[in-house]
Amino acid sequence: MSAADQDWDEDSPERLYVITRGRSGLAERTTFDLVTLIVARSEPTPTMQPEHAAILRICGSPLSVAEISAHLRLPMSVVTVLLADLLAEKRIEARARVPKAILPDHALLEAVIHGLQKL
Amino acid sequence: MDFRSSETVLGPESADLLPASAAMAVKVVIVGGFGVGKTTLVGSVSEIRPLSTEETMTQAGAGVDDTAGVERKTSTTVAMDFGRISINDELVLYVFGTPGQERFWFLWNGLFEGALGAVVMVDTRRLEVSFDVIGRLEDSGVPFVVAANIFPESPTYPTEALRAALDLPPEVPIVTCDARTRESSRDVLMALMRYLYNLSAPPTR
Repeated sequence: MSAADQDWDEDSPERLYVITRGRSGLAERTTFDLVTLIVARSEPTPTMQPEHAAILRICGSPLSVAEISAHLRLPMSVVTVLLADLLAEKRIEARARVPKAILPDHALLEAVIHGLQKL
Repeated sequence: MDFRSSETVLGPESADLLPASAAMAVKVVIVGGFGVGKTTLVGSVSEIRPLSTEETMTQAGAGVDDTAGVERKTSTTVAMDFGRISINDELVLYVFGTPGQERFWFLWNGLFEGALGAVVMVDTRRLEVSFDVIGRLEDSGVPFVVAANIFPESPTYPTEALRAALDLPPEVPIVTCDARTRESSRDVLMALMRYLYNLSAPPTR
C-alpha cells in the first residue's frame, strides 16, 4: 500500500496543524469575525497552498468567514489563519463589521427592520 | 471534516452570490436547548440553504473538569448551523443557531461578540433548559428576546406566566412562534430588532 492510500484521519488535529503550519488562530480572531465579508483581490496561483487557492476561487463575490468555513469544511480557527495569510499578502479584502460593544444605531436597525419586512 | 482540494470546493451556487456592493454584515445568535427548533427557525428565514461551520475545541477548553483516566487532551468538533438574509444591497444579516451542547455556547470564540443580540428559544414543555443561558446572557450584556416555539402538544401559558417562570425582567419581550413558518420566524427577528431599537440611543440632532 502506498503512502497516498493510507487513511488520513480527516478530523485529526495533526492534519489541521499541517494546514496552518502550527498556528492556533487565536491572534487572527481579533481581525476576523464570523461575519467579516471577504472578497478576493487576486487570482489563485499554481504554487499556492490549495486551501489558499480555494478561498480565492470562492470569494469572487463577498462571502462571510463563516460561509468560507462551511464551503471548505474547515474549522473557523483554521480559516482565520489562512485568511490572515491572504490579507497580509493583500490578496483579499476584509470588509468591516459593526464595531464591538456598542448598541447598533437607529439607522442600521431601521434598515434591518425594513429588510425583514420584505421577507 | 474533509477539506476538499481547490478543484473540488464548489463554493456558493451562483444564485446564492451576494452583490459586489455588500459592504457590511451583522449577526444574531439563536440559543436554546436541544430540539427546541433553532435549526428550523434558521432554515425558515434563510435565503440560502443553511450551512454549517465548525470550531475545534479541546476538552479542557470545553470546561470538562473530569480528566481522570484521560491520557491526552482530546479535541471536539462543534458545529453550528447558520443562514443568511440580504437586507439590502450593502447590508447582510446572518442568523446563527448555537450547537446543541450548552457548555460550548459561551466558549465559541467571538460568537456573541459584535452580535446585535440574541433570541432565546424555549420549549414550554422544558423551560428549565433555558434558565442557565438567560442568566449568562444577562451577565454578558447581550440583549435578547425570548421566543416560545409552540409545538402542537405544547401547553399554552399566558406570557406573564412564562415571564414569572423564567424570572425575566419586565422589559424583555416574549413572543410565541411557529419556527416552521417563514413569517412567524421573521417576526421573532423583528421583535428582537424593535427591542434593540428601543434600547439604543435615539439619534442626536
